[in-house]
Amino acid sequence: MSKKKDLVFALVLLAAAVVLVFILDQTLTETGIVMTVLKKGCIYSLVAVSMNLLNGFTGLFSLGQAGFMLIGGYTYAILTIPAADRASVYQYFDGGIVQFSVPFWVGLICAGLVSALLAWLIGLPVLRLKSDYLAIATLGFAEIMRAFFQWDTLGPLTNGSNMLRKYPSFTTLMFPFVVSAICIALIVLLINSSFGRAFKAIRDDEVAAEAMGINLAHHKRMSFCISSFFAGVGGALLAMYQTTIQAQAFKTTMTYEILLIVVIGGLGSVTGSVLATFLFYAASEWWLRFLDSPLTINGWEVPLLRSGFRKVVFSVVIMCIVLFARQGIMGDHEFSLSGLMKFFSKKRKGKEASANE
Amino acid sequence: MSKKTNEASTGNTVGKVGSVSANWDHLGKKGDGPAKNLLEVRDLQVKYGGIQAVRGISFDVPEHEIVTLIGANGAGKSSTLRSIVALEKPAGGSIRFEGKEMIGLGTEQVVKNGITLVPEGRRVFVNLSVYENLRMGAFLRNDELQADLDWVYTLFPRLKERSWQAAGTLSGGEQQMLAIARALMSRPKMIMMDEPSLGLAPIIVQEVFEIIREINNMGMTILLVEQNANMALKAADMGYVMETGSITLSGAGQELAENPVVKEAYLGKARN
Repeated sequence: MSKKKDLVFALVLLAAAVVLVFILDQTLTETGIVMTVLKKGCIYSLVAVSMNLLNGFTGLFSLGQAGFMLIGGYTYAILTIPAADRASVYQYFDGGIVQFSVPFWVGLICAGLVSALLAWLIGLPVLRLKSDYLAIATLGFAEIMRAFFQWDTLGPLTNGSNMLRKYPSFTTLMFPFVVSAICIALIVLLINSSFGRAFKAIRDDEVAAEAMGINLAHHKRMSFCISSFFAGVGGALLAMYQTTIQAQAFKTTMTYEILLIVVIGGLGSVTGSVLATFLFYAASEWWLRFLDSPLTINGWEVPLLRSGFRKVVFSVVIMCIVLFARQGIMGDHEFSLSGLMKFFSKKRKGKEASANE
Repeated sequence: MSKKTNEASTGNTVGKVGSVSANWDHLGKKGDGPAKNLLEVRDLQVKYGGIQAVRGISFDVPEHEIVTLIGANGAGKSSTLRSIVALEKPAGGSIRFEGKEMIGLGTEQVVKNGITLVPEGRRVFVNLSVYENLRMGAFLRNDELQADLDWVYTLFPRLKERSWQAAGTLSGGEQQMLAIARALMSRPKMIMMDEPSLGLAPIIVQEVFEIIREINNMGMTILLVEQNANMALKAADMGYVMETGSITLSGAGQELAENPVVKEAYLGKARN
């Protein structure tokens, strides 16, 4: 009964969000700070949820997310640059070797598929490792990918260390919102299926899961591939948002940022990841901006405020979260109507109890 | 607390086994036909690196009976169970279930053939709900799930009350019940239990063994590994004593319980 209510509640929220996005698209300027935060929020939500699927739901500690985003972004860009523009983009490589161009949605799907394929290949050896060792191996993989895509010999395909541009991109907020929403909905459906339940069982106890007849290797590989698929789509969205893409930018710090978001949101909570993404980018791009510009009040210059100070404060905030709120915002719960009602009724009861004392 | 909860709870214990009306007919009953061996283990060897944990043991598990392997820590009991469900790769020997060789099959296939393991230390999925744990037990099948779920819930009313609770919040005894219930959900022909009494209060241990007998009465074949030799031998039709990887004694459960050697070594009574 309450499950049905929760579903209705979620759908109502989603509809409200669609309307809100539509209105924002009409009213706000494309490149304003709010728009930047919201667009980045949409894109990184997807990546964070995909990472949560792997780290939070399957219990595989992987740090390869930036690598798979890179693969996705490049796949999208390489496939969708219009044939007419290839000569100017690949100016050092005689127009490159790819001489066709696919529609953007085919590019998006291919971005995911190529990421998943590479994840499958790399998963064969790497998924035999556990915990920290898996993290180190995947981190290494991401770094190798970054170097690989800048390799000059691959220039006709990847344009070497030069950027790719002129591929189709988006200007509205609606586009990343819809793509992310669809992808996240798919992930949620997966998590709630018996297949997803097997992921959670593996996270809780590998031995027991195996004894139940779950094929560990197969399920881990599937989780890895599916997570990489959506990271690839996220990478493609990021490429579209930036309008140019360069392998140099997909550093490990990107993975750490996403990991941070997942941890802040709560390992094992999809809504937590989404919520944390928006908070993270709102804080780092917008709310803490003022710390970067010198401020003078009545001739007194406020100390410490200068370019870069924002990052210092931000780091302290994050350290506090990691130290004092290890469960993250949502723990492993989901944001739902029944959860909300429980939370408030508990609070009210708590207040009544303290009032009675 | 709801009325239902009050009805079903029985003080501070895990809860009595509910009356079972649902039949479990794929198993047949004791005495239906000539007794045959469901599981035949021959010359089984398990090695970890250079250490031989199981040194060529042979034993049978007849259909519808409770067979127990008892022995001290490190005797190779758990290794035997683990290699039967292919969690461990045996170094040699043969494991025949219903006449079919199991060595070489993956765990998935072994479970499909009708063997299931209740692992040592319960190992329930702590972050999944009781219901989800039971669904995991039936991971390899999809038919008649609801019927089996109802049936398991009649067997363990306490689990039904807690079906939406995370398994990690259950007490040790309840977790053991859940582990057994989860194993039942795969519709096995034989259940293997690895130390079901481990870390449980004596009164709960009694209940666990009551349930083991109850399940056995329904026709289930049970292979029980225990350190609690007293309880195990009382419940078992047949017992084997393992010492450092070999079977040193075997006999009917009651017979073994009265054997002076066993008494001295496992039941804590000195030989006169």
